[in-house]
Amino acid sequence: MQIRIDHVVRHFGRHAALAGIDLHIRSGELVALLGPSGSGKTTLLRAIAGLEPVDAGQIHFGERDATTLSVQERRVGFVFQQYALFRHMSVLRNVAFGLDCRPRRSRPTRADIDARALELLARVQLADLRDRLPDQLSGGQRQRVALARAMAIDPTVLLLDEPFGALDAKVRVELRRWLRDIHDATGYTTVFVTHDQEEALELADRVVVMNAGRIEQVGTPEEIYAQPASAFVFDFVGHSNRITGRVEGGRFVAADAATSWPLPTPQADGPAQLFVRPHDLMLDAQGQGLAGTVQHLWRRANRQVLTIAIDGQPEMLELDLPLHDASSVPAAGTRVQVAARHFRVFPVAA
Amino acid sequence: MTTNEPRWLRRGLIALALAFIAFFLLLPLVAVFVEALRQGFGAYLRALQEPDAWSALKLSLLVAAIAVPANLVFGIAAAWLIAKHDFRGKALLVTLIDLPFSVSPVVSGLVYVLLFGAQGLFGPWLIEHDVRILFALPGLVLATIFVTFPFVARELIPLMQEQGRDDELAALTLGASGFQTFLRVTLPNIRWGLLYGVLLCNARAMGEFGAVSVVSGHIRGLTNTLPLHVEILYNEYEFVAAFAVATLLALLALVTLALKALLEVRHGDALAARARH
Repeated sequence: MQIRIDHVVRHFGRHAALAGIDLHIRSGELVALLGPSGSGKTTLLRAIAGLEPVDAGQIHFGERDATTLSVQERRVGFVFQQYALFRHMSVLRNVAFGLDCRPRRSRPTRADIDARALELLARVQLADLRDRLPDQLSGGQRQRVALARAMAIDPTVLLLDEPFGALDAKVRVELRRWLRDIHDATGYTTVFVTHDQEEALELADRVVVMNAGRIEQVGTPEEIYAQPASAFVFDFVGHSNRITGRVEGGRFVAADAATSWPLPTPQADGPAQLFVRPHDLMLDAQGQGLAGTVQHLWRRANRQVLTIAIDGQPEMLELDLPLHDASSVPAAGTRVQVAARHFRVFPVAA
Repeated sequence: MTTNEPRWLRRGLIALALAFIAFFLLLPLVAVFVEALRQGFGAYLRALQEPDAWSALKLSLLVAAIAVPANLVFGIAAAWLIAKHDFRGKALLVTLIDLPFSVSPVVSGLVYVLLFGAQGLFGPWLIEHDVRILFALPGLVLATIFVTFPFVARELIPLMQEQGRDDELAALTLGASGFQTFLRVTLPNIRWGLLYGVLLCNARAMGEFGAVSVVSGHIRGLTNTLPLHVEILYNEYEFVAAFAVATLLALLALVTLALKALLEVRHGDALAARARH
């Protein structure tokens, strides 16, 4: 089911957790809400579920105005960060809970409920563990039970709060792919919250980047990564370097530097910041780049990472070289010049 | 052993602690039973079969049977409100719940005299309508409820706070009504802690002396609870009878202690956080 969010506002005291959110989630889409803690992403997720009231704005499920509907009426499948499994019930009864709670006239028979719950457990590959208690499961298994439980009510939308936050790295990657498979097989419209950009970019059809209660950018993972709409998005999604300076006559001039770089697209003159990914930086032998001194060398998997203090810049640059260039890696203390293949320049409010 | 005190000091301290426990905890308990059985088992049984002793026992059970369920309901309601909701004046409410612990029980009893006594706030109205609160069952129950109020709430608040609200919210998203959520999720989550609180509440309700003494009027066979009856017998130099009745209270204490220990061993992880410290 498609979900439309119009001008949604939510305040906690004087702090605006959601400062006017407009978002359209298409039916069957897998959407990531990405942002640092305090960006409002979890508040937005809870507002969609009806767990958090909104101060202004509307939320539509399909054509239906859901803004004033109760949690129960919205029929969302919500997976909590700590799973919130009922600790005194078996895995099977946890999954069956939504059906067990239906009013008598619309409740299936006990046998039908159990069959349906078992079918869902089979889908999440946990049918063998039907009689276990949640305490007796691993984190990844609990996560899957929570998802099966949420799907048991045939939800209008699946909402997941930091679904992989409590898991170790290896299980995380496995479950991520597995969630994608489940989504593709069931077709449920799915929204999940994460602060991990890698997770959002790998898993989602579209990524919503949030900051300070606002949406910074909505786009496919490729768009978010390759064409960040703001300095915040560039900085938050992937590694980035920042060079302060100004735009003058279609060129970016770094502070205290003799060289300037032509802008890919025209921009108004004024103070600005240049953002560049570590792998888009290179050492420049022609003497056209920014001058600086190599500070440290780091090995990272199959890469060589250099940190370079650029003359007149407050922040060090991180430069990422493929390891086959290792023969030409300068030693610490060497004076070098740095150039960039791709970069983006965002104006700084004066 | 990481300490380097001399052996005689360690042994000495252990012996001192054991002697202390024996003298202050074990000896009185043994004394109660020894005194009660001083004139033989027959005398002991006869003392318990006294009509006044019987009625004191029945009254104590009756008071507890009303006060404990009442505090069970109040305690759950208060703990639920405090642990699962945010509202103004929450800190004040938490302090108020502790009030019966910090106020002398005699004062709590006197408050009821001031409210319901003949010269009290509601006294004239009560007399006019022929309602008896003081020196009758209602007064005993009120005083007992007041004194034992914190036990259930105190046990449940930290437990419910630690468990958080997610379980209840999850139940709501799955379509459960508020009542279903309470019955199927909240209550099972707190059941052992609740039992623990009820146990302590009951022990105190049956054993309460101060507040009950003020409101009771000590009418034999009518408003005497077990602890009050013990005192009366003792003051009348009926030592065997006094200790015989006291053994009932001591047995109650032992049963409570045993159940409490059992709960802590079997379900320590489902009790309030302090059980784990």
